[in-house]
Amino acid sequence: MSAAPQGLLAARPDFAAIARWVSQRARVLDLGCGDGALLKYLWEAREAPGYGVEIDDAEVVACVKNDINVLQLDLESGLSLFRDGSFDTVILSETLQTIHRIEQLMREMLRVGHEAIVSFPNFGHWSARMQVLLGRMPVSEELPYEWYDTPNVHLCTTRDFEDLCRKLGIRIRERVALHHGRQVSILPNLFGSLAVYRCAAV
Amino acid sequence: MNAPHDSSSVGAVVAHKARFDEPIRLRGGAELPGFELAYETYGELNAARTNAVLVCHALNASHHVAGYYADRPEDIGWWDNLVGPGKPLDTRRFFVIGVNNLGGCHGSTGPMSLNPATGKPWGGDFPVVTVEDWVAAQARLADRLGIERFAAVMGGSLGAMQALQWSLAHPERIRHALVIAATAKLSAQNIAFNEVARQAITTDPDFHGGHYYDKGVVPVRGLRIARMIGHITYLSDEAMMGKFGRQLRRAALGFDFDIDFEVESYLRYQGDKFSTYFDANTYLRITKALDYFDPAADYGDDLAAAMARAKAAFLVVSFKSDWRFAPLRSREMVRALLDARKIVSYLEIDAPGGHDAFLMDDARYFGALRAYFGNIEL
Repeated sequence: MSAAPQGLLAARPDFAAIARWVSQRARVLDLGCGDGALLKYLWEAREAPGYGVEIDDAEVVACVKNDINVLQLDLESGLSLFRDGSFDTVILSETLQTIHRIEQLMREMLRVGHEAIVSFPNFGHWSARMQVLLGRMPVSEELPYEWYDTPNVHLCTTRDFEDLCRKLGIRIRERVALHHGRQVSILPNLFGSLAVYRCAAV
Repeated sequence: MNAPHDSSSVGAVVAHKARFDEPIRLRGGAELPGFELAYETYGELNAARTNAVLVCHALNASHHVAGYYADRPEDIGWWDNLVGPGKPLDTRRFFVIGVNNLGGCHGSTGPMSLNPATGKPWGGDFPVVTVEDWVAAQARLADRLGIERFAAVMGGSLGAMQALQWSLAHPERIRHALVIAATAKLSAQNIAFNEVARQAITTDPDFHGGHYYDKGVVPVRGLRIARMIGHITYLSDEAMMGKFGRQLRRAALGFDFDIDFEVESYLRYQGDKFSTYFDANTYLRITKALDYFDPAADYGDDLAAAMARAKAAFLVVSFKSDWRFAPLRSREMVRALLDARKIVSYLEIDAPGGHDAFLMDDARYFGALRAYFGNIEL
């Protein structure tokens, strides 16, 4: 592996976990794709052609520069441009916490894709719990914002997320909790700071 | 606007003419015995002939895309901010072609040309031309210039419809289509505005069924009203309000029918200017070409089915303040392209300029175009 993807993996530890669940040459839709780094990574690692959806102007231009197919759309208004089952995998990487209408988006992801991969910062991580216990809103590597300037509107724990999946009738096929890029197997809701889920419709 | 001797200008340019003697059968059934196209080129065609970009014009523009004329330095090309050395469409890398469309009034064969059958100007007898006809004529020019395959065909508005049509009519001959501020078909409201413009022209007493050249008159009143209507649809309410507000042209309200407001003065000025350089017969035909364009019509209104044969990669751009061809129209094209499993990127730029935003240098928009062209391999 070249130096660039290594650096990328260090910066975005969920990428490798996501890539493991993307099959070779799968059609991928990455929601909230930023500058297209994950799509570029998936193309290099899995030859998976994909589209990104992004709303931020600068990120969209960065995608074009990175030769990533990008669609400038607002995820809050749904995925109506995409036909049922038109993607193998729909990814929501560290974007869930910024979405207002999460239920609608989760349903849409599994309408458009056969599988969904969702990663998010785990609010149940012990350091977050500790900070709340000490009377402060958590600030960490995964949650770098202060309460007054955060773009995050819907923070949750892994348990919360699993409850939502149950409510929506979404089957969790696999899950992994990470901390500093390493897999956490003991008490993931306490020791995992980043959660990655592989979901399918029931 | 760039000063003529700006190092990012293509500099002084010369318009060329290409004559085609083979008759061309038009979509409407008429046949032209032959035709001429006025065109300009900027940059150099590379040895492999892989770097050609065709820039298609919209309603009122021409083949004069960039640069200026040595004897008229103030006559700067209509997309000069985009095309030039170091500009987003970089003429150090690309060979760029601008062409005046068939039926035009800037040098290509059109209503003002002589009808070989009568020896007089075609006038009202010049057939209605369509986007399909324009692309067919452009393809002959490409043949003439030795261009088998364009690196890209691009345009805004009606120009974008030509880029779209290129991808359908000649899928093998175009690698990228840049479809900006466009729609795959006009709405009833769009057609309605065009019809008002046409009525303004055809009811002008100086119109004479289009045979006004022999009479030494021009349907100026109709043409300027047509332009005024068009101009309103090119700007957003916000842009107009920002530019003119309710600013008065005179000290106080006049309580008569002279110009009170700045915006009235502006529209009159635009209308007057337009009527001095644009031909009414051409205007009528171009609005019809807009109305008739609908590539999905032959596919049961299924645009995805129509797009299936395209092979190009697409860049679709819309502007949020454009209510003439609103973002929704572009999203319909994007959806069809996705359904047809084409390569597409889509930008929705939050620029205030309305439909005309496609001509303006917005950092996000031009940044994306620069990046897109930068990634086109030669």
